Amino acid sequence: MPSLKDLRNRINAVKQTRKITSAMKLVAASKLRRAQEHAVAARPYGERLAAMLANLARAVKDTPEGPKLLVGTGREDVHLLVVATADRGLCGSFNSSIVRGARRRIRELQEQGRTVKLVCIGRKGRDMLRREYGDLIVEYVDGIAGKRRIEYADAAAVAERLVRRFEAGEFDVCSIVFNRFKSVLVQQTTERQLIPVPAAEGTEESGDGRAIYEFEPDERTILEDLLPRNLAVQIYSALLENAAGEQGARMTAMDNATRNAGEMIDKLTLYYNRTRQAMITKELMEIISGAEAL
Amino acid sequence: MAEDRLAFELVSPERVILATEAEMVVVPGIEGDFGVLPLHAPVVSLLRPGVVRVYEGSDVKTRLFVAGGFAEVNERGLTVLAEHAEAVDRIDPAEARQRLKNAEEDLADAKEPSEDERRRLERAIEIARARLEAVENPT
Repeated sequence: MPSLKDLRNRINAVKQTRKITSAMKLVAASKLRRAQEHAVAARPYGERLAAMLANLARAVKDTPEGPKLLVGTGREDVHLLVVATADRGLCGSFNSSIVRGARRRIRELQEQGRTVKLVCIGRKGRDMLRREYGDLIVEYVDGIAGKRRIEYADAAAVAERLVRRFEAGEFDVCSIVFNRFKSVLVQQTTERQLIPVPAAEGTEESGDGRAIYEFEPDERTILEDLLPRNLAVQIYSALLENAAGEQGARMTAMDNATRNAGEMIDKLTLYYNRTRQAMITKELMEIISGAEAL
Repeated sequence: MAEDRLAFELVSPERVILATEAEMVVVPGIEGDFGVLPLHAPVVSLLRPGVVRVYEGSDVKTRLFVAGGFAEVNERGLTVLAEHAEAVDRIDPAEARQRLKNAEEDLADAKEPSEDERRRLERAIEIARARLEAVENPT
């Protein structure tokens, strides 16, 4: 049986832990709100760009040779997977679910006989994938996921390097794995194709995209400028969703941890009081029986 | 939208910078500035680094510097997508001059830049020059 002192120490330790987890929860909650605001503020640009891209894509569809970023290389041999995770842990299953999704995808692609290459954004993802697929990682992007505010320039830099790799013929298809932010409680691991650009869904086109545009200077030149930007925006939005998801997941995880700590404290306190009473009773019995023996 | 007003939006990747109505907006198209009035024909144009001017009557109400991007005109109005945009009256001329100088030095200092590198540096100079031009000679 642990002594009273040991129990007291344990109760105090758990109380300290609860303080930390509840503080982390509050911090995550405020960061979550900010991250959500960023994600919402960034949405219009992505939408407009996608609409413009759809218009342009339609305009060049009939020409035989579209830009490679749009139509792809015509092969699917080498698949580059961008795995975007957080830099920090203590956020429930947030990172591990992304990594699990990535692993499944890697295996799937390898079974189809494709070569897989990995680009990791965020430390956690790299750490977890390094053991198994260390030799597949061609690039590790540091210092973005942990930022207080993810900037577009960061995503643009990643996109630029991807384009350079693509132009050097290092891969044929590229997609990004990240957690889509559905709500504070739910993040869904999603894979989004980046290169070649997936065909826009037919439903959107029919509405307002009907206008016949004039293009200045011409469709191709605009596309060549627009495609890398589109890539950057896609990455940017994935990173923003990830950032919001990370904070959401952390908030939930810390909330659970705080509650668990509370339960544990209750249990330990009960046990502590019982033990204390038992000791008192025992001491009393000793005194009484001692007195009676006289 | 009234028939004689043009809906204008300036959007950066991070947020919507400006959403307003105007009588006319002049944007720095890659093949020359062009004014957009209400009911302008649909057009998509690349932009060069320069100043977007929002007109109210014959006066310029707002001047915004953009470092390139796209302009799209459709039946709903004008949308400018720019990765970098700032109000011209917020630019500090001295800082703009310094930035141009830095950009030029960067190119001069680069030892055997690759073609990509050179293009990037030259582009930075072009943007810095247009930015300085925007503050010093507002049109």
